[in-house]
Amino acid sequence: MILPWARRMIVDEKHWMTAEEFNETYSLAQFLPGPNVVNLSVVFGSRIGGGLGAIAALGGLLGPPALIAAFLSFLYSQFGDATILRGILAGIAAAAIGLMSATIAKMAQPVLSKLIAPAPLIMTATFIAIGVLRLPLVPCLLVLAPISVALAYCWQRQ
Amino acid sequence: MKGSDPLLTLAANFAMLSLFAIGGANAAIPEMHRLVVEVQHWMTDQQFSDLFAIAQVTPGPKVIITTLIGYQVAGFAGAMVTTAAMVGPTCLATFFITRIWDRFRDAPLRVAIQAGLVPVSVGLLAASAWVLIRTVDTSWVAVAITASTAIIGYFTRINPLWLFAAAALLGAAGLV
Repeated sequence: MILPWARRMIVDEKHWMTAEEFNETYSLAQFLPGPNVVNLSVVFGSRIGGGLGAIAALGGLLGPPALIAAFLSFLYSQFGDATILRGILAGIAAAAIGLMSATIAKMAQPVLSKLIAPAPLIMTATFIAIGVLRLPLVPCLLVLAPISVALAYCWQRQ
Repeated sequence: MKGSDPLLTLAANFAMLSLFAIGGANAAIPEMHRLVVEVQHWMTDQQFSDLFAIAQVTPGPKVIITTLIGYQVAGFAGAMVTTAAMVGPTCLATFFITRIWDRFRDAPLRVAIQAGLVPVSVGLLAASAWVLIRTVDTSWVAVAITASTAIIGYFTRINPLWLFAAAALLGAAGLV
């Protein structure tokens, strides 16, 4: 939900970047592991103002939410047992998963449409290893990611 | 690791997770759940599900769930250490990679890395949704809320806050 807002400020209001530069920056942030919007703030900050710019963008993006989150955590530790709060949180969690599933369905479409390419196989293998078998993430990715990249490399050369 | 300082365990695990969260913080949820619920028994399924819900209504990036998890495990210090561990390594990597990125923009290997990581990240996010469904959707009403928001979210561009508000009302009424 932050991304459209960041785009409007950076591109439309402050004119710090053109639309193309923003897209390029976002594709880099997505390609890197870790939180996407956080990465975006580092790429953006460093392009505008070097190391200090990166720190400023990161601090601005993360500082206030982290303090709010700490405060909400404190409230939860005090009132987490209240029945009404239980219900509210259960409702929100259920809705959030629905929205997340809708986003994933949209993301999966281009992957599944290439039925002959290796991508659907890798996607399914990752889902089963992490979601169903509940294997540890790091060793799984150390196997799956290189295989997926190698297959993509061979595939694009054909 | 059990029995050692929770702050150290949090720092080490989330710093590692930082570099393997392909697809963002949400893609790392199965591993966070595995660590804090299944391996360390720091919290119950119920508490993890509550923190996930609070993260959805906290303004800011999705990575803020790590702040909530850190607080639940080790208070304010835990919140700060876990957040820093989750963003630190990847931000450093990002800072240096962005400097050499332009040179490799059209290199075949870079294109292959980008193409190869997409199915991995979608698979991770799907795993994330599945783990959360099994944690959160413990009643038929919850299942119905998830199914209907999935359909509404897929076919419309409604502001998610309305869906959260509706679901929260159902929950407050004691129906979930």
